[in-house]
Amino acid sequence: MEIKLSVKNLDAYYGKNKVLNNISLNIPKNKVVAIIGPSGCGKSTFIRTLNRMHEVVGGTIKGEILLDGEDLAKTDPVLLRKRIGMVFQKPNPFPTMSIFNNVAAGLRLNGVRNKKKLTPIVEKCLKQAALWDEVKNNLDDSGANISGGQQQRLCIARTLAVDPEVILMDEPASALDPISTTKIEDLIFELKKDYTIVIVTHNMQQAARVSDYTAFFYMGELIEFSDTKKMFTSPEKQQTEDYIRGRFG
Amino acid sequence: MSSVKKKFENNILKKIFSSHNLGDLIFERLTLLFAVSVFLLVLLMGYEMYLGSKLSIDKFGWSFLVNSTWDPVQEIYGALPIIYGTVVSSLLALIIALPLSIGVAIYLAEVAPPWLEKPLSFLVELLAGIPSVIYGLWGIFVLVPWIRTDVEPYLSDKLGFLPFFRGAPYGFGMLAAVLILSIMVLPIISSISRDVLKSVPHSQREAALALGATKWQSTIIVLKDAKSGILGATMLGLGRAIGETMAVTMVIGNRALISPSLFDPSYTMASVIANEFTEATSEMYLSALIQLALVLFVITIIINAFAHLLVWSMSRKWKTA
Repeated sequence: MEIKLSVKNLDAYYGKNKVLNNISLNIPKNKVVAIIGPSGCGKSTFIRTLNRMHEVVGGTIKGEILLDGEDLAKTDPVLLRKRIGMVFQKPNPFPTMSIFNNVAAGLRLNGVRNKKKLTPIVEKCLKQAALWDEVKNNLDDSGANISGGQQQRLCIARTLAVDPEVILMDEPASALDPISTTKIEDLIFELKKDYTIVIVTHNMQQAARVSDYTAFFYMGELIEFSDTKKMFTSPEKQQTEDYIRGRFG
Repeated sequence: MSSVKKKFENNILKKIFSSHNLGDLIFERLTLLFAVSVFLLVLLMGYEMYLGSKLSIDKFGWSFLVNSTWDPVQEIYGALPIIYGTVVSSLLALIIALPLSIGVAIYLAEVAPPWLEKPLSFLVELLAGIPSVIYGLWGIFVLVPWIRTDVEPYLSDKLGFLPFFRGAPYGFGMLAAVLILSIMVLPIISSISRDVLKSVPHSQREAALALGATKWQSTIIVLKDAKSGILGATMLGLGRAIGETMAVTMVIGNRALISPSLFDPSYTMASVIANEFTEATSEMYLSALIQLALVLFVITIIINAFAHLLVWSMSRKWKTA
């Protein structure tokens, strides 16, 4: 099994406040890893450290994160984020841009301006994000004028357009209705053929449905990390079992 | 009969007490009255000005706006050069102040670390609170001499082939007014633009950064989001520039003149009113001044209403998003 991201002895801080304590885990290539745990356990911070988005909100880390063996701390964060894309909890399309331009935004940032080059990529990404059929006739509408579920798939399409290797998803379906959630989950299943996916979720069933591996975080510590099936049928730690059975959190 | 009346009164009291507490009701109505009175005051002012300028409106009508002779001796009043002076000084001031203000706003909202942002924002807002007569005084003693001895000779030397930079370097004139106005509107535009930029949700910046945008590129995206609000801030600045009286009067030279040259003196509506009110001995003169005030009043109200609408719709958009 090929390792895409390797986290070694990771501590994370906001100011002096330590939010992650000595996390070590390996994220395999072309698999879906779910991060579960109660609110405030550090799961969002954890995936933010993976593309250095924690720096944007004033976080710092100790320890090492390797992407294909290369230390993230030594990479340019701008280039890194093109390789490791991110989908946020609340859909955040650019409201001043059309649907087309939202998807093309990342490419434009990279200097691709030629519409002939952009069009096929935009179409491909919207299809990959299972949104094409719903928006193909109104690509010029504002990215904010579609439903929340469509906006989130638009954000996924926008992330795909940059052609990342890893996609981080921070509770991508928590603000969506059940039907949109199902669509996002189906999408994750499709995407793992081509991408490595790390998804934070509050929803245990979702973790069980979409992921190959699951990591359980509690109070800034990694309690357990194993095969999803094993985690949900016979967890090793009592704490994990209690959380999965809904006894706390 | 009296028992029926009493019952009726009781009913009313019950109604008052059941739906509202009486104190709350009085409080609500009283504050409503205050709020409405502000609006009524504006209407009343407009109406009074209309009455006061009736004489001049009847005589000159719309030609008041396009006639370029302002001659109190012959009792001919055309406000064109004055409107020209107002519009040109304000617009040129905006052209200078806008890029600077947006730069200030971007630094404060996007770049500055929190420990620097707070005091800097405070200083910028402090600039907006300086009384305009102090700007005017500074204009007379510092800005105008500098313009006379350095700026205007330099400009006419290098750019004298353009009609904008010809004539004798007096110092007092359009150029001084433009510069002082641009300094005065800068804090308004920049502090409102900063607020507008800050009202763009952080998630927009994160969306851009997560796509591999540089700080600069994400700022451009935020600027696009904030476009209408910044336009509103600019128009508030314009409103301030158009209505500014004291500082402009002190440096603009006060002559009703339409000249392409920035070196020449000019006149603005606010300055005319402030300067000539005491000398307005004839009824027609007074009426013409009040008509000028009416024009200024209508223009600034329209600009300010529009500007507030833009800023408001911008912040509302993000609240519902």
